[in-house]
Order: sequence, then structure tokens, then C-alpha cells
Amino acid sequence: MINKNAFLNPKLFDSDIEQIPSRNGYGDGLVLAGEENEQVVALCADLTESTRTQAFAEKFPQRFVEVGVAEQNLATVAAGMALGEKIPFISSYATFSPGRNWEQIRTTICYNDVPVKIIGSHAGLSVGPDGATHQALEDIALMRSLPNMIVISPTDSIEAKKATIAMARIPQPCYIRLSRDKIPVVTTEQTPFEIGKAEVFYEGNDAAIVATGQMVHEAILAAKELESHNISVRVINCHTIKPLDNQTIIKAAEECGAIVTVEEHQITGGLGGAVAEVLSQNFPVPLKIIGVEDQFGESGEPNELLEKFGLTKEAIIKAVTQVLRMKGK
Amino acid sequence: MSWKKARTTTKWVLKAGTAFSMLTADELKKLESKANFIRQDIIKMLLEAGSGHSAGALGMADVFAALYFHILNHDPKNPNWSERDRLILSNGHICPVRYAAMAHAGYFPVSELKTLRKLGSRLQGHPHRTSLPGVETTSGPLGSGLSQATGLALAGRIDKASWQVVCLMSDGEQDEGNTWEGAMLAGKYKLHNLTALLDRNNIQIDGFTEDVMPLNDLKAKYEAFNWHVIEIDGHNIQEIVNAFAKAKTILDKPTIIIANTIPGKGVSFMENKYEWHGKPPNKEEAEKALEELRKYDK
Repeated sequence: MINKNAFLNPKLFDSDIEQIPSRNGYGDGLVLAGEENEQVVALCADLTESTRTQAFAEKFPQRFVEVGVAEQNLATVAAGMALGEKIPFISSYATFSPGRNWEQIRTTICYNDVPVKIIGSHAGLSVGPDGATHQALEDIALMRSLPNMIVISPTDSIEAKKATIAMARIPQPCYIRLSRDKIPVVTTEQTPFEIGKAEVFYEGNDAAIVATGQMVHEAILAAKELESHNISVRVINCHTIKPLDNQTIIKAAEECGAIVTVEEHQITGGLGGAVAEVLSQNFPVPLKIIGVEDQFGESGEPNELLEKFGLTKEAIIKAVTQVLRMKGK
Repeated sequence: MSWKKARTTTKWVLKAGTAFSMLTADELKKLESKANFIRQDIIKMLLEAGSGHSAGALGMADVFAALYFHILNHDPKNPNWSERDRLILSNGHICPVRYAAMAHAGYFPVSELKTLRKLGSRLQGHPHRTSLPGVETTSGPLGSGLSQATGLALAGRIDKASWQVVCLMSDGEQDEGNTWEGAMLAGKYKLHNLTALLDRNNIQIDGFTEDVMPLNDLKAKYEAFNWHVIEIDGHNIQEIVNAFAKAKTILDKPTIIIANTIPGKGVSFMENKYEWHGKPPNKEEAEKALEELRKYDK
């Protein structure tokens, strides 16, 4: 059943649940972060409107830098501004930043250890018709491998807003991945959010689903359906992929004995890999990783793509039944 | 005494709208002497380390002596002084010259130079910001320094800061697209608080720059990116000082100083040989090099 202390959207199971792209929450959060701290600056690479940096640029024109279509410059100019005491937020599509400019992020942001905040919009398959060139499915792996980097994948627009404000308050480099498409609003302003702290959204003890991004909603729908078959499933919203909330993950393994992870990302190097690293060394239990299986996306409507690549409630239910079988129930 | 104070003793001569900072004979002799000691320390450090880059480091000794002992506003005893000029070294591989200049300026003991590239040393093989106070940024991977300097200059402009940003680059890293992305942005924002110096020594690892990847007319290229360009002899300390003084008077665009240098300068058997880009001297070569350099001791 739903964890009441998570204060989730009361319309969670309604067909008319609000749908908002998580990039919108980033745009709102950036303005609030800018109001809170005048050291916050924003840089964009010719995608100011679609990454939702526009509102900040209009409100604080002196603190906005348009670098043109140059993502390597985006990262390195931001690193320089951070050396000058600024807190730069850099936004582009995730395939370009942190895709194209990985080495610049590694050396001038992470190794330099400066507080640049990297916003990768249009992450995942749900970018839709633009096709595989623009569907970032590797960004978590790229960023998760870097020392000093914090990796956040918010479940909805409200959480994206909270994450944006929280990122501005900490001195580390951060990466946040956002959706282009409208996605269900799972949380409310009252839902707890703390970087590095996974939250139980749905309570259960037969198996646990560790989900991130918009897959959290699918996971909750799966848990509700399984409940009607007397299978009680815990759903964990894992918005911070690095540092991973090991305690919550291990506790889930101990109490549930079987885990499914689900993400809109390659299976290699993503959330599932991170969970596997922790569980295999601490409390091994049957595990299924749902993600994109070593292939590129393609053009299509977001829902068609999620269906084709197996990122649905049905796929999650199937995986849960598989881990339960492995567990011996 | 900090160098920020020392600089105010220099005589400024205004001439036809440009400011020249004429060095006295004593000042010039002192700076040339510093450059020579820096060169000797480069040789000693590289011999001790057993790896590292000789040619570029030796070629930039005069520029570093002029910067650390005359041009930069800085305080070695307070490396994080908020009003300091920011020196970004983009081609991090020539760091032995920076380390030697910093040690002689008083950032850390000269004896620490021998730890270069050793386990636990603050003097990393390529400079690392959080290892050594006074190193403004981590560098080594080429082509990203000018963009960082541009970002710093943008931050300084937002804060209406009086400090200047200086970015040192190699000619080899003009091959990197990122360099030109930075150049374009600095030109767009007319960052006059940014002065770059390009070490035009004509060599890179695989050979001469014009063979590996022709750079052609760098002056015309930077002018097309809305930069003010000054060309100098990178071993003439008066010219180096004049160029930085002139750069401060250009208020509508960033300035780049193209400094023509001789790689391996001061050591005859290393001069103009690209083979010395990325290797250190052995014991015999180091002794020979030091013998040559000591002749210039003043």
C-alpha cells in the first residue's frame, strides 16, 4: 500500500493525473535558486527555451551566458566561472552534455572539484520522434563513473524543482537528468526530498522495485496490480543514483529478499548496475534489471517506444514474478 | 615583500596613447637572472623525475619570470588572496616551469621541486588545483584552458572585479576545437579583462606544427574572432612586459600575445628539436645543460 508519509499525489491512480515534463520543474527551481543565491549563474548551448532556462535568462540577464552550439565550451566556461566563485548551471540535451563533453566534465569540473551543475534534458527514450541520436540512454553510466560527481534522476517535475534548489546549496559537481515528454506528477510539495536519500513510496515485503525517473510511476502501478494478487511489493524512488542510498537498498533486500530495478537507460552502467554492485557485495538476493538492452532507440511516440523497449508496468510485473520464483516463493 | 607591492615601483611611461612599463637595467637583469635559475631548476626537476616535458618548459621561462616577478598582481604568502590576478596554464604539461617560478616567488620551498611526479607530491605530473595552492585550475588535457579563462573573466566582469585573467596556451593546442570555442565566446563578450599568451614554438609531439596540422596565420585568425593581437619575441622580457601593459589599455576586446619562442631555449642541444617535447634529460645531458645555463648566471 501507499506510504502515507510520502504524501504522494492523491490522483496517482487516476487516468487524468497531471502530466508535466520534469524539465519544467528544473526551470522553476533554477529561478528560485537564483533568487536565493546571487552566485547562481546559468549557461546554455542554443537550447535555452527547450531546456527551460529561459525564465532565469529573462529574470537575470546579467547572470546568463549563451555559449552557442558548443557543449565542450559550455562545460569549460562553466568550470572557469566556478573558479570565480559562481555556481553555474549548464543545460543542453543529455546526449550532448554530458555526452559530447565528458572529458571536459571529468577534468575541469570533477577533478577540479568545482560546483558546476549539469542539466541533461531530453534523457531517455521518451524524447520520442527525434530518434536515437537525441535519446540519451548512457548518461547515468557516464556520470556515475566520475569521482566527486552526484547523479540525480528525479521522478517528476516537483522533484526536479526540489533537486535543482538542493543542488545549488551543495558545493559538489552534480548531474541531473530530465525528461522532454510530459510525465505523471507522482509527488507533492510535501513529499520528502533529500539528495542521497531514497524514499519508500509503496510498502510491501515480498519483493522490492527500485525505480528512477518516470519509471517510478510505472512501478507503483505494477505494485498496486500485484497487490490485488496478494503480492506485496515495496517501491523505492531512487532519485539519487550516486551516492546510492545503500542502507535503504540493503534493507529492502533483507526484508523483501528479491529486487527488481527499472530505469529508462541502458542496463549497462545504470541504476541496476549500481544496485547490483551494492547487493552482490553486501546482501545478495535474486535481482532483475529492467532497462534498454544494449541497443539504440528509434523514432516513435514516447509510449510506443516504452512499450517496444519493455519499460512498462507489464514488464515490471513479469520481472517481479520472476524474482519471486528465483527466491523460491 | 609581496609582488603586488613591488610592481608599483615600476616607472610608467605614457606615449602616444599606449602605456609602456620600462624596466630599469637592474630590474631587467634581475628578471633575466630569475629566468635562468628557473631553467636550471627545470633541468634538475626533470632529471630527478625521470619523465616530463623539457622543451616547452624551457621555452617559457622568460614569460614565467616576467609574470611571477613583475606583471602579475599576486601574493605568494596568500595564494587565495581575492584580488590576485588569475593565471590559467592551459598546456599543463609545461608545469615544471610554473612550479619553479612559484617556488622562487615563495609559494613553497625550492627544495620541494625535487618531488615532481613522485608519489604523494603536491607537484603532480600535470598541475592539479586542489593539490597545490596557487594553481588556479587543473590542466593537462589540451584545449580547455582558454574556455576556463573566459569563464573566470565572465565571473570577474559580473562581480566588477579589478583582477585580470591571464591564460597561457601552446600552439599545438590550437588544433583543439575547444580552444576556438573559447576564443569565440571571449570575443563575443569583449572580455578585456582577459589576456592570453600563445607560446608559438612551432613544435608538438609528432613534429613541427606546420607539418602536423598547419596553423597558418594565427594573428589573422584571432583578429577574425574579435581579439586584439600583439606579436612579440617571447625571450625579450621588456617586450613581454610591454605587451601585457599594452593589453591592459585595450578596453573593447580580449588581447592575445603571440610570443615567438625557441623550444628548449638556453640548452643548445635541445633548441628547436621537437624530439625534446616530451622527454627529460638523462644525467649526462642534464650536466651539460646546467653547465651551459650557468654561463648566464648574473
